[in-house]
Amino acid sequence: MIRMRESVGSTRDREAVNSIRQSDAIAVERTLAGERDAFRVLVERHSRQLFRLAYRMTGNENDAEEVVQEAFLRAYRNLAQFGARANFGTWTYRIAANYAIDRMRQKRGEDARRILPGGASEETEQDAMNLVADERPSPDRLAVNAELRKKMKEALATLTWSERTAFVMRHWEGCAIEEIAKVLKSTSGAAKNTVFRSVQKLRRALEPYVGTRGALQTKAAGAAPESPAGTEP
Amino acid sequence: MNHLGEMELIAYRDGETARREAIAGHLAECPECRAELERIDAVLSALNAMPVPERGEDYGRRVWQQIAPRLPEKAGHWWQQWFEPRRWVALGSVAALVIATFIAGRRTSHDGRGFPPASAAQVRERVLVVAVGEHLGRSEMVLMELSNAEPGGSAQKRIDISAEQKRAEELLDENRLYRETAQRQGDAGLASVLDELERVLLDVAHSPQEITPAQLETIQQRMEARGILFKIRVVGRELQEKQNKSKAVPEETGSKTRERNKA
Repeated sequence: MIRMRESVGSTRDREAVNSIRQSDAIAVERTLAGERDAFRVLVERHSRQLFRLAYRMTGNENDAEEVVQEAFLRAYRNLAQFGARANFGTWTYRIAANYAIDRMRQKRGEDARRILPGGASEETEQDAMNLVADERPSPDRLAVNAELRKKMKEALATLTWSERTAFVMRHWEGCAIEEIAKVLKSTSGAAKNTVFRSVQKLRRALEPYVGTRGALQTKAAGAAPESPAGTEP
Repeated sequence: MNHLGEMELIAYRDGETARREAIAGHLAECPECRAELERIDAVLSALNAMPVPERGEDYGRRVWQQIAPRLPEKAGHWWQQWFEPRRWVALGSVAALVIATFIAGRRTSHDGRGFPPASAAQVRERVLVVAVGEHLGRSEMVLMELSNAEPGGSAQKRIDISAEQKRAEELLDENRLYRETAQRQGDAGLASVLDELERVLLDVAHSPQEITPAQLETIQQRMEARGILFKIRVVGRELQEKQNKSKAVPEETGSKTRERNKA
């Protein structure tokens, strides 16, 4: 089961989660009984959460939208398999993660073939890295952020899809190791190692560009640190 | 004092260690390990600062509007999707492809007229060339219609694209099959164009049945940005040339044989 860090707190939170699960179960039953509109409740309730996961996995809004839609279509077609499982959110989450992995694998192959003039890839403008917020857009800060964005993009590109999935699910979505293992179709131990490897790779690549409290290094763009280690292709 | 390993520190930060108290005790006494943990934390915090584009409260409703027309009548079993009419169209295409391959294979392998026997791979390729050529032609028609569509004056607030949408949905299933086949046969160029076509068809299929002029313009701009019509035409022409070539070879061989027989 997916464990969201923010949802394991108070008793009130737990009650809210249980209430949503119960109403999800009712909506699933009604959908299976032929009430197609009951599925609408589930779509409206879980779309934003799925979009967040999909966007972080794909780094692209269009792909994320496609993943969300495809996840719900697959969930609807296979709803009988869901049956009495307790958590519809978890189930669709897993469907979306699996589809996102397939989509990214396919896309990486395409991107390798399709390089635009000037070396920029087609998705540059919509890439997640370009959306890193600038708290104080001074020229120095903008230069440093641009450098960091570039390095983050390079660092994430060095991860395999299973590493990226593990990292997104663990560190951005707060999923339990067991849930990551199910998506990666591996054991908990292997999933834990994958999470570790992803953090290790990102750390090697980004540490020289990041301050000690998560702030950006306030070096001018021209004084970027030396090449980080661990940027293997 | 033995320092903590990187894996232990990452596991500690994630709350994934059974030795939590022992590690906390070590960190309290060891400034080097504390500094190491801070460095790990700094990288992860920087990554956490990456925002996700906001989706408004009505996002779920929009997703529903996009998927609702594509849902089968009843939810449930995966196999039910194979009984949808549009699946039968795709299945029909595949069946035709298989039968054509079989017949072509028999003709070429048992031909008593002295034609050089074509390998199964060649036959498959020829059949694929014909089928994909036709598929691209049909796709081009749909995209051309959308590309040339114009709102009927400023008074028209909505444009009905339900007919194009239905055709795009039917083409999608075929497109997937041809793309997978091209990938399996190692034709990366064709697979890539078919993949791009699939995205455009998906865009159309996922749009509402009635769209605003602005939405139409967005679809047209996306098509233009991808240069999909141009790519389809180029690939279509290449396939046509291939088809002509494969037709010409047996004829040429046949006439040579006839000449040889005359002599």
